[in-house]
Amino acid sequence: MTVPTVGEMFWAFFRTGARGFGGALPWVRRMLVEERVWLTAQEFTDIFSVSNFLPGPNVLNVTVIVGSRFHGVPGALAAVLGLIALPLVVVLVLAALYARFGQVPGIDAILHGLGAAVAGLVIATALKMAGSLLRSPRFVGFLAVTFGAIALLRWPLIPVLLGFASVSVLVAWFRRA
Amino acid sequence: MNPLATLAISFTALSLVAVGGVTPVLPEIHRIVVVRHHWLTSAQLTDLFAISHAAPGPNMLLVALIGFQVAGLPGALVATVAVCAPSCTLSYLVARVWQRFRDAPWRRAVEVGLAPITIGLMLSTGYLLARGAYTGWVAAALTGATAALVLWTRVNPLWLFALGALLGMAGLV
Repeated sequence: MTVPTVGEMFWAFFRTGARGFGGALPWVRRMLVEERVWLTAQEFTDIFSVSNFLPGPNVLNVTVIVGSRFHGVPGALAAVLGLIALPLVVVLVLAALYARFGQVPGIDAILHGLGAAVAGLVIATALKMAGSLLRSPRFVGFLAVTFGAIALLRWPLIPVLLGFASVSVLVAWFRRA
Repeated sequence: MNPLATLAISFTALSLVAVGGVTPVLPEIHRIVVVRHHWLTSAQLTDLFAISHAAPGPNMLLVALIGFQVAGLPGALVATVAVCAPSCTLSYLVARVWQRFRDAPWRRAVEVGLAPITIGLMLSTGYLLARGAYTGWVAAALTGATAALVLWTRVNPLWLFALGALLGMAGLV
């Protein structure tokens, strides 16, 4: 195990951000565990499981935790800025192009097709994450109630999340084996 | 209140409840930017979501795209910082104490309890995106076929995005 400097971390995360097609997390893991060997596989898995509990994109949470583990606040900042610098520039260029050309009929039509496919990907990803949990009536119940409140009734997220999530966690607590 | 301040406040609040990242909280983003403030239409939000998925980097950069539409470059930067800073700060603080709770039984209860909520939110996102992209039966079939192929085959979703874009270009969607 080597301890990287703040500068090394910035550049390593910068290069990882540049490769992050289809989600940056697999690339971050590869960089940290396989290429640079700054973390062991077990250390990465521990950090990953913490990051899933925290709000926000898990790849950013992993990046903050790794950066701060080596160099505190400067390390966390260097790692996060490195990771998002290039994708942010790309996205800003795309945003400017969309603002200028987004309503042009041809472009508009391409984006509609792309959007319909992306919607399918999100639905499939949710169902895959649910997997065998769909056999549990309790799981399906909370899932259906959440979907109804958010997608159909359009209730605001924060009260729904605080209410439903605390009930769901309490039920899980009392029914634990 | 000016749009920049509204963006900053609503996205900061969102950052702290965004369990599972930006995708599960898209319905709330939709409520803020489409329903309440009319900054974007449903179709535009679906467009931006699609762009953020086709671009490299974390999908949460969707908020930079939204911010840009609302208030140009300052809007993009404010939205990005508002979404990143609170959750990153929390990660920083929690990571230091978390190891102590590694084997605590409530961790499992939190995990089991949050799963149906997070996945319910993701399904809501998929539903709203599909509605935003809906222009007729071809669009609906494309959404359904993509979902089925991702569920039951190992095809790379980027090919399905390309197919969707091609069908759109051909004027079929």
